[in-house]
Amino acid sequence: MATTLAERAISTPFFDYRIDTAYDEMFRSPDRPRPHYRALHAHLLKLPAEELLRSKQEADLSFFNQGITFTVYGRSEGTERIFPHDLLPRIITSAEWEIIERGLTQRITALNLFLKDIYHERRILKDRVIPGEIIYTCKHFRRQMRGVKVTRDVYVAVCGTDLIRLPSGKFVVLEDNLRVPSGVSYMLTSRRVMKQIFPALFRKCGVRPIEQYSQALLSTLRSLAPEGRSSPTIVLLTPGVYNSAYFEHAYLARQMGIELVEGRDLVIHDDLVYMRTTSGLKRVDVIYRRVDDDFLDPLAFRSDSSLGAAGLFNAYRAGNVVLANALGTGVADDKAIYAYVPEIITYYLGEDPILENVETFLMADETQREHVCNNLDKYVVKAVGESGGYGMLIGPHSSKEQQEQFRARILEDPRNYIAQPTLALSTAPCFTENGAIEPRHVDLRPYVLFGEKVTIVPGGLTRVALRKGSLVVNSSQGGGSKDTWVLQN
Amino acid sequence: MLSRVADSLYWMSRYFERADHCARVLEANYNLMLNPTKPSTEQRWNRIAACLGLGSDAAGLDPQTAILRLTCDSSNRSSIISCLASARENASQIREQISSEMWERLNQLYHEVRQFSTRTENDSEPLPLLTAVREGAYKFHGVTDGTISHGEGWQFIQFGKYMERACALSILLDAHFSASAGADDLDWVGLLVSCSAFEAYCKVYTADLKPDHVAEFLLFSPEFPYSVRYSADRMGTALEAIKQTSAVRKTSRIERLIGMLRSSLSYVQIDEIIARDLHRYLNSVIEQCRRLHAAVHELYIGYPIEAALGA
Repeated sequence: MATTLAERAISTPFFDYRIDTAYDEMFRSPDRPRPHYRALHAHLLKLPAEELLRSKQEADLSFFNQGITFTVYGRSEGTERIFPHDLLPRIITSAEWEIIERGLTQRITALNLFLKDIYHERRILKDRVIPGEIIYTCKHFRRQMRGVKVTRDVYVAVCGTDLIRLPSGKFVVLEDNLRVPSGVSYMLTSRRVMKQIFPALFRKCGVRPIEQYSQALLSTLRSLAPEGRSSPTIVLLTPGVYNSAYFEHAYLARQMGIELVEGRDLVIHDDLVYMRTTSGLKRVDVIYRRVDDDFLDPLAFRSDSSLGAAGLFNAYRAGNVVLANALGTGVADDKAIYAYVPEIITYYLGEDPILENVETFLMADETQREHVCNNLDKYVVKAVGESGGYGMLIGPHSSKEQQEQFRARILEDPRNYIAQPTLALSTAPCFTENGAIEPRHVDLRPYVLFGEKVTIVPGGLTRVALRKGSLVVNSSQGGGSKDTWVLQN
Repeated sequence: MLSRVADSLYWMSRYFERADHCARVLEANYNLMLNPTKPSTEQRWNRIAACLGLGSDAAGLDPQTAILRLTCDSSNRSSIISCLASARENASQIREQISSEMWERLNQLYHEVRQFSTRTENDSEPLPLLTAVREGAYKFHGVTDGTISHGEGWQFIQFGKYMERACALSILLDAHFSASAGADDLDWVGLLVSCSAFEAYCKVYTADLKPDHVAEFLLFSPEFPYSVRYSADRMGTALEAIKQTSAVRKTSRIERLIGMLRSSLSYVQIDEIIARDLHRYLNSVIEQCRRLHAAVHELYIGYPIEAALGA
């Protein structure tokens, strides 16, 4: 007798869970969950389907009421959406996390040494580890930063590295995001919602806490204060309410108890930065800026920008104010320079990289370019300076026409593009609209803080491609998020 | 508190009060005009429509059109919809500084009025909308008082609200009294109802309606919230509180301005003013408010950098 989908869903929500070549976070093979997922698996089997659906609605409502939204660009102004959230947590063992943590610490340490080097002595270029041309042709290289002393030599204080897991089970780095990475508020709010929904599972699993992130961020910023400023005033600089991450800016400022300022609140006089308050001008020492380099100071960078404050760069260069992240960190974020990060780690630290890179082809290199251009249907092509999933071609899912367009663009400006093989991102169980649980592709963005010491809260933002089979996890392109649980042991 | 935030709170509050005031006056006068009208009533209505922001256009419009222009016409900057849009715009700039309840009430009211304007036809009935705005305003004031700390930000909200009220009341009184020829009891009831003051007035003077008494009540009552004196007193309290919370600076000019305004409203007798020139008196109140606004702005919001560094 034939059973309907709904009837089978009642018997097990996993009835349509198909594992393909990608690594599955939950199952080793069909019906055989990995040890650290067993508690969740058992819990889901016990739970009636309606109960799960109700939990999902409860979670959505909670997100809605907290106003957790983001803005989608390229549509009419103010298109605000609730951040799509998947109910099922992504679980990472303590052993896996230990590697990630060491690998990220190594990477950010090396990248900070690299940034200091290229803005000062340029040893790595003189030693021909990296061709100088690739640095000087980088859009995000800031000549103005040459010779500028940066507090504690910390260029990147906050980063959100994108990791993916290959079919072998190994985590590799996809992007470093060294400029103004976002998403940490989703990590924090989604944990709060999950604790309301699955309190019993939290008790059973032993999930390491992440709630200390805001305090850690604040102490990181405080440790970067200019010398002699014993109780520094720290502010968060936002582009304003129309920015897609404004919710996060406001959230973090509130969590840290610091002022949320816009460029027009800042006044620079005699190379000192002040904010305009009802009690008069108040000196500002550290700016956690969520405004891109280009827009920070119309006198030093883009003159048409009204998001920054005139004279800010001079105050910064004079050492009277600290910007986190520093200016010019984007150079290490360039996807062509990313290809050299393993060499950068070995060069500065004399160690082998703990976390590997994704294989990357530089279009500026003739042989590599030729190979990729002849096989565009197999590669993912990305513009080196873009982020957020904009400006890329996903070979296997593209039309001949799109491939031709990209081929032309690559040939016109080879330095601006890189290619990577299409990667089978690992899959994790997701709750679908019809009440079933199915695998969807995920990545992982842990947040790394670098001040007096390196702090990485155990977890991060697991981004998930909610469309079946899709590999694009960016929130602007139909991605959602999951809570990430790092287990105690 | 950031100056920008204080400024947005102040203007959110002022625009909101302006929308509320406009709704009250229209509601009261609309009721009045359901009666068979006399030429003098029509003339007065034109004055009132003009003082609500229609200016010289008012004379050429029939009452129904004028009311629509003052409620739903977003090209008219002083219409209810425009004022609510401005209040909402200011609130959205400081979304994190006000409570969710405040934002929700404001947002809801704005959308309600906007929906009404999109299905507006010339014969549609504005009364339910005007009532909704007045009631929405009570709710907004309620959550404003009940859901945020009464710190500096709240004081700026109060200051904005009573600044707007003092000015709007003065302008409204001027419109009524400068065209008072032929006014009957119903017209004075209309003025009192515009200020939600009819019952409160009767408690003091009984239903015996005398223009002098009406003017005295709406100008000088120290206890009724829709009087100019009450508004000035509240402004004074708010400014004192703001002075306490922000670092002490040169507040003497503000203190002098608010002090002068308050003492004039406390010690002047209505018969003296009416004997001299009510119009001039009301104009001087408005002028003093304007100067007070400028002084507050200069001290707390838009101060010159050099002055602030020298202090």
